[in-house]
Formats: sequence, structure tokens, C-alpha cells
Amino acid sequence: MTSTTTAPPARPAAPTKSAGERVSGTVVKWGFVAVTALLILFFVVSEPNFRTVDNVFGMLKFIAPTAIAGLGVMLAMTVGGIDLSVGASAGFAVSIAAWTMVIANQVGGVAVSVVLVCGLLIGALNAFLIVVARIPDLLATLTTMFVIVGLKLIIVDGKSISSQMTLSNGTTAPGKFTADFLWLDRGSIGPVPIPVILFLLITVLLWFLLERTRWGRALFAVGTNAEAARLSGIRVQWYRTAAYMGCGLLASVAGLLLAARIGQGDVTAGNSLLLDAVAVALVGVSVLGIGRPNAWGTALGAVLIAVMVTGFTMAGLPYYAQDFGKGIVLLVALLFSFTFSRRRTVVTAGSTTSAS
Amino acid sequence: MTDPLADRPGGHDTVVSPVGVPAGGVVSLAGVSVAYGSNVVLQGVDLAFGAGEITALLGANGAGKSTLIKALSGANARYGGEIRIGGDLVHLSSPVQARQLGISTVHQKVADGIVPGLSVAENLTLDDLAQASRHPLRRRRQALADARAALATLGLDWNDAVLERDAATLPISDAQLLVLARALRSTPRLLILDEPTSALTAAEAERLFDVLRALRANGLSIVYVSHRFGEIEALADRVVVLRDGLVQSVSSRPFAWHELLHDMLGRQTALENERGTAARGTDAVARLEGVVALPDSPPIDLEIRRGEVLGVLGLIGAGKTELAELLGGLAQPLAGRLTLEGAAYAPKRPSDAIRAGVVLVPEDRQKQGILPGWSVLRNITLPFLAESSALGLLRRRSERSRADTVIDTLSVVTAGPDALIDDLSGGNQQKVVVGRWLSAKPRLALLDEPFRGVDIAARREIGARLAAIAADGAAAVVFSSDVDEILEVADRIVVLVAGRIELDRYADDVDRPTIIHAFLGETAASSPAAGTAPSPAATTGESAPAGSTTTESDPERTSP
Repeated sequence: MTSTTTAPPARPAAPTKSAGERVSGTVVKWGFVAVTALLILFFVVSEPNFRTVDNVFGMLKFIAPTAIAGLGVMLAMTVGGIDLSVGASAGFAVSIAAWTMVIANQVGGVAVSVVLVCGLLIGALNAFLIVVARIPDLLATLTTMFVIVGLKLIIVDGKSISSQMTLSNGTTAPGKFTADFLWLDRGSIGPVPIPVILFLLITVLLWFLLERTRWGRALFAVGTNAEAARLSGIRVQWYRTAAYMGCGLLASVAGLLLAARIGQGDVTAGNSLLLDAVAVALVGVSVLGIGRPNAWGTALGAVLIAVMVTGFTMAGLPYYAQDFGKGIVLLVALLFSFTFSRRRTVVTAGSTTSAS
Repeated sequence: MTDPLADRPGGHDTVVSPVGVPAGGVVSLAGVSVAYGSNVVLQGVDLAFGAGEITALLGANGAGKSTLIKALSGANARYGGEIRIGGDLVHLSSPVQARQLGISTVHQKVADGIVPGLSVAENLTLDDLAQASRHPLRRRRQALADARAALATLGLDWNDAVLERDAATLPISDAQLLVLARALRSTPRLLILDEPTSALTAAEAERLFDVLRALRANGLSIVYVSHRFGEIEALADRVVVLRDGLVQSVSSRPFAWHELLHDMLGRQTALENERGTAARGTDAVARLEGVVALPDSPPIDLEIRRGEVLGVLGLIGAGKTELAELLGGLAQPLAGRLTLEGAAYAPKRPSDAIRAGVVLVPEDRQKQGILPGWSVLRNITLPFLAESSALGLLRRRSERSRADTVIDTLSVVTAGPDALIDDLSGGNQQKVVVGRWLSAKPRLALLDEPFRGVDIAARREIGARLAAIAADGAAAVVFSSDVDEILEVADRIVVLVAGRIELDRYADDVDRPTIIHAFLGETAASSPAAGTAPSPAATTGESAPAGSTTTESDPERTSP
């Protein structure tokens, strides 16, 4: 306790910022939007094909699974955690959807339901490991990743499942990818493809949940200071569980879109999704200088990556140049979030064990 | 920070007349000042520590003892003023450098000085690990020999079996000796001991004193920080009292304890003038019946009455935080029952307590109270999101009006409700946290150490708010280890010692010495638990935050 006999000097109402601070503040806030806009402008000028409506929706459709999985990771990050099992969950969803339709001969609706339930269960497993078993989130979800990748391979016998495939007993698989399931990728409402609609819908929904409702506020409170949240009467463990289950659900939605796109139960699907999803969520933290996980930032991060990948491809750059580009984007994002930002960035992945 | 040399507050130069200090001394300080942000914690301290002398450092919480020790031990390089060692001006920039220059420090928390998993011998020779000149391989024989040599300075001879044990298995008193032996390995000229006996039994402390006296005879200068007057009386050659970052007095033997207390606590006379009669509560809002808060402590009965501010005074480990937590739903009593407004009250978690109208302002503002990076408004409304929303949708206007009310009623100094909480001073942050909870219009408000790191103006405002809600028919309980804080805010005072109630009186019906006596456990010196019970400080896991020295001592062992 410190007691000075004089009252502390009243702080100035608005601290005057130096020009340098103001510039860096502007860069932190608008840098990412500007980079995305410039990149789009560049491709619009240099690549005639880039500026077609088809291409715009094509890009968004291409990135939708990554974006949705990234929104899932973002949700886990709101409670101060992270989910490394999103890629595996999506891959699991691909194989399970294929298995349900092809081997178990069910319609698409059943496959979707089974996959979504599986996603929730994977989220519940993560939540159990983190909240009840008190394993740090990074390790818990890493373990889950291994477990569900392995489980997937056991279920499908290590093979990709496709329509009319020959089973091990010599017979032909009874079912196939049904048209209603494939509609998830190929359908559209007006000119807008279904994956793009899902992407936008989920973004708006999460933005609304996180920024406008008390549940969103509570999720952030848990991530910012779990102990203060608990003392404020917030059921911290419930919110953690909900966040991980939501993440699992979104990862399996991403998996459904992938399955519908590929049209078969490719066992390697989803392998590359994890890194992109985490990158998108991390980029989202820095976008607009918000400094905490948020839905629109994550969506914008996904769009930026889509623009980059599409543009690079059109420009004829090899695929590995894309990874390099993504890496640079992520690096810049992290510099904005952690190095240049005056605000404290709340990404505590890997450090949250659930105390009490 | 103002130039510490240019404008030293007047008044204390006259007090500083170093008694019995050789000119210059082993280590001398001139105008040493430290500020954390706008908060000046040390304002120009002049002191000299002589060879072969034990200087006791006394001061209330926040007086600046820890800050002074940090500067001297090299833990805080950002101090102003001059520190001289043997007459040479030095700048202490790191603990390693301070040690090389001859200042060794043994910190209060012994456990922090021990690396579990390493052997006793390795812990004794831990500093060697950081020295490039040492042999790169860990040599067991060498470590044992070095360890034995280190212990010999304390006149100790531990056998190999002990030296090769995991240091984490050492009893706390031996661990204390271990860190002391390690501090002496670099043959310091000045040894700083911060509350070295807080975890020791009387016999162990006596053994330590013998060691310290022998070191003094060898010419070592020792700075001894303690709240236990008995130890200081037995050991010290000089007493330096710090208050509000200033040296209040320096005195030599024989010590005039009454005056030292006055120097330390100051505000006494002003307070007595200020306080009129204490409010008398009416019926009980909450009642504790046969509640056991600490293991091995007797059950207590306590009535928390409507219309009064109850001050619960106790040292760390006396059970006050435990009491606050079980009322606030953070913990369940080990035995006994609670009633609220006559009905059974057994909150399982904070949300139950809040629903029942019981709110808790937690002890550690940073860890348990505020949400860093959030606006003042969002910090205030966090517990009341359900009330400020319809169908889950947050209503900005409702949040805003609550935040404005809190800011107004407690005169929070802030740029506005949307300012970041981080930009507020500690006292204003605390006002936000307190105001948040009082805005719930609670039946019972519990405040655990609400004035820690809070300046006097903020403290007055919080105190006035508590009196106001009590007058409106609620009850408030302030838990504190600071006598003055309690005297300032409380109508009724309960003193807790080792989990039992030592005193329960109205503030205008009891005098200060009586409270202090009860507080220090002096009336209970013959308690049978003494010496056998584990140290409360070690068992409760309660810890003082860095930067403040809390009265961390086991009252059972205070021997005046």
C-alpha cells in the first residue's frame, strides 16, 4: 500500500500523442486493410481475369473452408486458448461424411448431421481435456489432433473413400456422394455460391455473438482474466467448453465444404487446413488494430490470403511461392499485434491451464 | 521523476542524524529516490550502513522498504540519487553486479530462492552456474566441497546425505539457512535480510540470531527488515523508520518503542480527531456459526450487522482472506454454517454469492479484479451483463448509465467511461473495482485488502462510500492487515489471530494499543499451537504482491 499525502496529479483527459505515435497508430490500425486493397488493386490492373465476378466468388468459395476453420480457432482464442485440432477435425469430417454416404449408404442430410455431431464431440473432448483434466490447451488439442487423425484412418481402413469404390470383400460400395451433399459446394443462391453464403453467415453470426451479446462479452472476459471473470459470477468452465465445442463444430463445417468440393473421402483432406486457419485467426487479431480475436478481422485475413493465392496463381507463380507469401503476411500481422501495437494483445494460447 | 538531489523534502534532514555510524559507512545512500510512473515511492533517502552493525528497517505497508531493498540489491536499476560502496560511487544495475560489489540479499520468500530438483549442494553453489569462468561440467565432489565451505561460514556442518538431497525436501528453516549461506559465499560487505524469520519457529529464529551476531562481530553490515519488534529489540543496533518514502527517524539503543510506532504509523493523532462515534449496527445481515476457516483453528462465531462497517484485522495467515472467500463463495468452510438474513447460506461459487446479494472485492486487484486492456465501462459492467441486456443483447445505454454512476459516486479520475482501465492510477483502478461491486446494491459487501496500493485520497472516498451503503441498510466488511486502515474505515473492529477472534469491539470503545496488542497476538503468547502448527504463511499459499511489504509474520511467534 502506498499512501502519499498529496492527491495524485489528475491525468490529462486525452494524453497528447507524438506525431510518431500517431503514425504508428494509423499503420497498426489500417495497415492490413491497405495491404489487402493494394494487392487487389495490383491484381485488378495486372490480371484481366482477376476482376470478373466469377473470380471474386471463386476466391471466396476457395477460401471458405479455411475461413470457417479460422473462425473456429478465433472462437477458441477468445477464451484465451487455441485449437490445433481444427485441421484434423475437418479431415475427420471429410472421411466420416464419405463413410456415411458411401459405406453406410445414407443420404447427404444424415451425413451432415453425423459430421456436425462428431464435430461437437471433438470439441467436447478438447474441452474435457482442457477444463476437467487441466491439460494446457496447446498440448490437449495437439493430442486430440493425433487421436482423431488416427481414428479416422482406423474407420476408413487407411483408404480414401469414393463412390462405387471396391470394398475389401470384393463387392462394390453401396452408396455414393449424393447430389444434395454435393450441393454444399456446387449450389448457389442467385450468383452467390453456398460456401460463400455460409462463410458470410457464420462471420456475421460470430461478430454479433461476440460484440453485441453478453455471452460474447463473457467469452472475452474469460480470455482476458479468467479469475476476475469467475469472481464476477461468470461460469468460466462453461464458456471454455462452449468455445471449444463451437470450434469443433465450425471445423466440421469446414470439413463438409471440403468433402463436397473434393467429392470423395480423401484421407489427406484437411492436412494443410490447420496452419492456414491459425494464421487467419492470428491475422484477424491484428487487423484494424483491434488486438483481440474478432470475426471480421479473421474473415478479412482469409480474404487477403485468397487474394494472394489467386493472384499468385494467375501470375503463374509456383505453389510454394504462395506459402512464402502467407508466411510473410502472418509475420507482418504478428509484428503489428505484438511489436508495434501499444495495446496489449490478448493471445495467450498455450498458457492457459484451467486453474480451479 | 524529479531530480532527487535538487529538491529534497525538508523536515527529514533534521531527523537524519546518523547515530553511531562511522563516517561514510560501508554502504551509503544519498538522495535515493524511486518512482513508478507518477507514483513516487522513495523520495530522497539518505542513509549509511556501518561495518559490524545491524540496522533494522521498519515501516508500514507501502512505506518504501521493499523499494529501498530493491534498489540496494540491484533489482531496480532505475533509481535516482547516489549509492556509494566503501566511498566509491556505484550504479547498481543487476543483482549479480550488486553481489559482486558486496551487497547480498536474502529475500522474504525462501521458496523462491530454492531451485527444486537440484540438490542442496547444487543450490548452495547455484551462483557458480552463471559464471563463465567456472568448470563447464558439473562436478559433484567440487560442489560438495564448496557447499560445505559455504555452510561453514554459518558454523553448520551438514553431511553428504543432506547435501545430496533434493533441496525442495528441506524443512523451511534449513532452506532459510541455505539461502543465507549462499548469500554469504560472495563474502558481502552488506547483507540484506527481508523478514528472515517469517517462516521460522522461535528456536530456529534464535539460532539464526546467533549466526547474525557472529557475522556482525566479523564486521559485516546487516540490514534487517522485520515487523517483529521483539526481534529488533534483541538484535538491532539501530532502527531506521521509513514512512511514505521518507526516512522518518534513525535511532540507536535503547529504542523508544512508542515513538518508533508513532514514527511508523504517523496519522494517529489526526485520525483520533477525525473520527466521531462509530455507527452501531442493528440486526445481523450475516452470521457465522462455528465456522472453521483455517485448518487447526478453533470454530468462530461472528455476527455481521446491518448499518455498520466491520473491520477485520489480521496478519497474513490469520484467516481473513479465508473468511472473505467463504462468504464470497470462493471456498467452503471446513466446518460450521453461515446464514444470510436468517436463511441458510452456502454459496458454491461466486455467482451464487452475487445472486444472494453478497459481493467480494478481491485481494489482488491485478489478478482478480480488473480486465486489462478493457475500458472502464466494460470493467464496471462485467458482473451485471445479464441486467444490462435483453435476450442476451447488450444495451449500451444501460451499461453506460451504470458506469457513469460509478465514476461519479467515487470520483474516479478518468478520461471517460471508454478510457482503458490500464491508463488509470492504481487508486482509481481500485475505485473502479470497488464501485463496480457497490453498484450491485449488495446486502453484504466484502472488501479484502481494498486499500493496497491505494493513496489516501482514494482510500477516504472508498471509506465514505462504505459508510454510505451501511447507512442505507447494507453491511460492509473490510479485511486488512493495516491497523490504520481499519481504524479509519471501521465502526466495529474484529481482530483475527491464527483463525480465531481475538477482539471484537466498537471503534469508539477501544483504544489503539489494545488493538495492536491483540493484533500482534501478544495476549495469546501461551497458545499451545505455537511451535507445532505449520507456518500459516507457508500453508495458506497467500503471498504479498511484489512491491509491497506485507506484515507477513506468524503472530504466535512474535516475542516482544
